[in-house]
Amino acid sequence: MEKDEYLRMYKEMVIIRRLEERSAELYQQGKIGGFLHLYIGQEAVSTGLISARKPQDRVITAYRDHGVAINCGLSAREVMAELLGKATGCSKGKGGSMHLADVTKNFWGGHAIVGAHLPIATGLALGDAYTGQKNVTICMFGDGATNIGYFHEALNMSKIWNLPVLWVCENNQYGMGTAVERASAVSEIIQKAQAYGMPSRRVDGMDVVAMRQAAEEMIEAIREGAGPMLMEAMTYRFRGHSMGDPERYRKPEEVHRYQENDPIGIFRQYLQENGIATEEALNQLDDEAEAIVEDAVQFAEASPEPQPHELFEHIYVEA
Amino acid sequence: MARITMREAISQALWEEMERDPSVFILGEEVGVWGGTYAVTKGFYDHFGPERVRDTPIAESGIIGAAIGAALTGLRPVAELMTINFAFSAMDHIVNQAAKLHYMFGGQMVLPLVIRAVGGGGRQLGATHSQTPDAIFAHFPGLKVVAPGTPADAKGLLKSAIRSNDPILFIEHATLYQMRGEVPEGDYTIPIGKSTVQRAGKDVTIVTYSKMLEISLKAAEQLSKEGIEVEIVDLRTLRPLDMDPVLESFKKTNRAVIVEEGWKSYGVGAEIAARIYEEAFDYVDAPIRRVAQKEVPLPYNRTLEQMALPKVEDVVQAVREVLNG
Repeated sequence: MEKDEYLRMYKEMVIIRRLEERSAELYQQGKIGGFLHLYIGQEAVSTGLISARKPQDRVITAYRDHGVAINCGLSAREVMAELLGKATGCSKGKGGSMHLADVTKNFWGGHAIVGAHLPIATGLALGDAYTGQKNVTICMFGDGATNIGYFHEALNMSKIWNLPVLWVCENNQYGMGTAVERASAVSEIIQKAQAYGMPSRRVDGMDVVAMRQAAEEMIEAIREGAGPMLMEAMTYRFRGHSMGDPERYRKPEEVHRYQENDPIGIFRQYLQENGIATEEALNQLDDEAEAIVEDAVQFAEASPEPQPHELFEHIYVEA
Repeated sequence: MARITMREAISQALWEEMERDPSVFILGEEVGVWGGTYAVTKGFYDHFGPERVRDTPIAESGIIGAAIGAALTGLRPVAELMTINFAFSAMDHIVNQAAKLHYMFGGQMVLPLVIRAVGGGGRQLGATHSQTPDAIFAHFPGLKVVAPGTPADAKGLLKSAIRSNDPILFIEHATLYQMRGEVPEGDYTIPIGKSTVQRAGKDVTIVTYSKMLEISLKAAEQLSKEGIEVEIVDLRTLRPLDMDPVLESFKKTNRAVIVEEGWKSYGVGAEIAARIYEEAFDYVDAPIRRVAQKEVPLPYNRTLEQMALPKVEDVVQAVREVLNG
């Protein structure tokens, strides 16, 4: 990997972290409504994963989607504007936090019903297979989504039709407040892939380099016709499920233990130890990321509200 | 013009659209090798091949979800649900996904998707396989709901649905597949969202659609012998709802009966009656009557089932009531 690529990934992770921290503040100020699910702690998963895709590869995820949007190339401005419900948001202020998308960048959303986007991912891949394009669909979801029927219908179909899908379970160890062990008959999600005869792999989701490497290998194998595969990225969210989470289900010590393994800190150390970047260079990137997020907040706050007539637009393509 | 069955008309529409546009494909349970549980896609698999006539597992959410995804990539999937009763297993994908994605993402996602589903009672299939839940689906903005009552409409509307860029639920009635009618050959389309007058008359307006059109036409014949001429408006599309022909007819007759196969409570008749009262109250000469299914889960026993379904005599009786009212 080129040095610039490492630095780009590092900066992207910091942008996501700052964007989420600012979002939390704006939520507490009442400027962001609805639900807000922060990606803090999981940045290495999607940054490493999506950095390995080609532009024609499709990405679809669940409602914890701000980071994924940034990794797919959406600007911090259009993400923040969507969080504030503004007309300049990527979904024109109609989707909100859980429904970010930009299909021109092959980011197919942000989906808020747990597991429901998995069959849609099967369909995206089916579309590519039908037209003979060698694209891969990357479908991300949480550990909680592996207990719902959609997961099983989607994995089964992808396998019988040998579709180019990389299923990526972000195992952050809790489906809302219920630990994996309490909700899933098997606590290793990869075992569920084995039930469908699907190759699978567990990856350290706190290590962006490991994520990148595993994703490259799996995506290229799928592109070459190996069929669907499942990756289980072991990760942890540092904040609650959403902003209204009392966090009675886990101890502060557990959270602190994981926070010491901050994926940004790990990557920072890796870059320095391998002579890829100096501390000064990384501090410089931190400042740049901070400035991008501040600019995004200003842009979003200054952006116009959707016009009233937009209420009735886009119900149908053909009236 | 050829005189063909509803089954043949639907089959023709599918065949012709698949011939003219390679992005059209069919997926569903038993659509391929089996030839369709109602034989609508008989012969398709051998002609178009397994990629374009795709047999699926029994997994309705998976089927509709996959159809949505394929539609997002620009294809024109026609997903078949073996019966509309199984649509409840795919409810999330129909109402939370298909009906929402275009709007919720600010117009950037486009779903040229058709879901074909067979509904209706009268075949002794018991409570879970006999429902007419059309009104439920017509409740959701973002979804279009089409339910033809003649072979010609079935062909013309299905061809339009396949060419449309919106998600459309196309509801066929199981006991209409054998119905025969004149159907134009070749490239014949009918616009989605247009009601039409199927029989002209001056005394009472009957508003109906799908299977109940057949029942209403029989009632009209009987009433005609008594000197009562009903006008029948066929909705054809439940959403978007075209009230113009209904209101035009009502302003002429000042009396209406609404005939639907589904349950009366919260149903199509409730919507149409409310719209007439809202938009043509000054023209009302008698309380509007609704003919609908008895409020029971449909029983298996043939006699009991027939008791629950709307019959010709029910329509005749309702027309007499509004004339006396």
